[in-house]
Amino acid sequence: MSSPIRVLLAKVGLDGHDRGVKVVARTLRDAGMDVIYTGLHRTPEEVVHSAVQEDVDVLGISLLSGAHMTICPKIMKLLAEQDAADTIVVVGGVVPDEDVAPLKEMGVKELLLQDTPPKQIVETLERLVAERGPR
Amino acid sequence: MPVPSMDLVARLLKGDLRAAGRLMSRAEAGSEEARAALGKVYKAAGKAHIVGLTGVPGSGKSTLVSKLVQTIREDGRKVGVIAIDPSSPFSGGSILGDRIRMSNLTMDDGVYIRSMATRGSTGGLARSALAAVDILDAAGFDVIIIETVGVGQDEVEIARASHSTIVVSAPGLGDDVQAIKAGILEIADIHVVSKCDRADANRTITDLKTMLAMGISVSMRNRDDKPLWQVPVVGTSAETGEGIGELVATMDRHRKAHHTTELGAERLRRIAEYRTFKTAEDLLRSRFFASTSERVAALVERISRRELDPFAASDELMSNVAL
Repeated sequence: MSSPIRVLLAKVGLDGHDRGVKVVARTLRDAGMDVIYTGLHRTPEEVVHSAVQEDVDVLGISLLSGAHMTICPKIMKLLAEQDAADTIVVVGGVVPDEDVAPLKEMGVKELLLQDTPPKQIVETLERLVAERGPR
Repeated sequence: MPVPSMDLVARLLKGDLRAAGRLMSRAEAGSEEARAALGKVYKAAGKAHIVGLTGVPGSGKSTLVSKLVQTIREDGRKVGVIAIDPSSPFSGGSILGDRIRMSNLTMDDGVYIRSMATRGSTGGLARSALAAVDILDAAGFDVIIIETVGVGQDEVEIARASHSTIVVSAPGLGDDVQAIKAGILEIADIHVVSKCDRADANRTITDLKTMLAMGISVSMRNRDDKPLWQVPVVGTSAETGEGIGELVATMDRHRKAHHTTELGAERLRRIAEYRTFKTAEDLLRSRFFASTSERVAALVERISRRELDPFAASDELMSNVAL
């Protein structure tokens, strides 16, 4: 018996724009996933703590503030410290093209930037979880 | 390769909360491999005070839980929370938002919050909620609060699963006849009226107290037949903090009144009975679906055209099912 994919969606730092992340939450729900939404203004520590307790397959970070090069490394480091490096990290929002490669290098599995169609978000998460395999 | 569930149990019993989270996921997935491990967890559990908290949607359950946890933490006890939200009846997916109102608790290692979706289970609980409770119990959490989905009038399973059941009512949602109806209001060990900073809260408190007084005069045969536990009504306000301390004290008093008495022992037996039937029912259901799903599609087609009836069809399914 299989279980729905569990996703934690997080808004980190000083970023009050949550329309996008709510649309994503709804899209994933309608694709049959369990989506945990933590609300606005979380710290990287809070997000990782929640992701570990909820044992999510995917941690989705929504960033529109431009702080991704500060916040993402922190989150990746904390996940490793918490023995949760197998969490699939996906970033969505506004990220300049030149930052995509460095983010992937630090372990972000995929970037789903503005204008990504909902269907592609769903397929990306399903693919990443399938590639990871059972755990 | 996935870590064997038994190894996770060994880590759990040493207090490893990462193992706790993973075991809960396996329980939720209905993993056959995890059954024996969860059995071992059940046997290691049994110390925690299990508190069920239920009420209509929007009555303030999550907010109240957040305040309760804070207050219980003040005397050093560790608190687990299983927060349940509904799954979509169409896609099976869910949005679990209870953590939003508990965000002030997230950085405390003495607090473990797990969100769960109902996944088609009716009655207000998620199927693996009680396995998750065992896991937190075995990991050393002292109080475990199960917050049900927002319920209607008839989702009373929580009372069969918890040591103390709290029913939350919000002011302004009905008259005194609502208060004497059967169902959810009957299961409370403790009634809470939330949002009691609002002017109409007193009315709700009075309605509940009147209902309770009526119940006592009807059910008690003589003057000496005093109940061991008189169901109290506690008014709380998350806004002002009013009543939260009183509620924690009342929970503790209820636990104490039941802990060492025959009434409490009887309740533990009923919980065990409920748990056994529920676990067997889940097993039966999953194996039944696994072994009939292919045949059902063909039968459904004929039943919808009324060439076959559901009674004969279920006899036919039951007669060759591999359980």
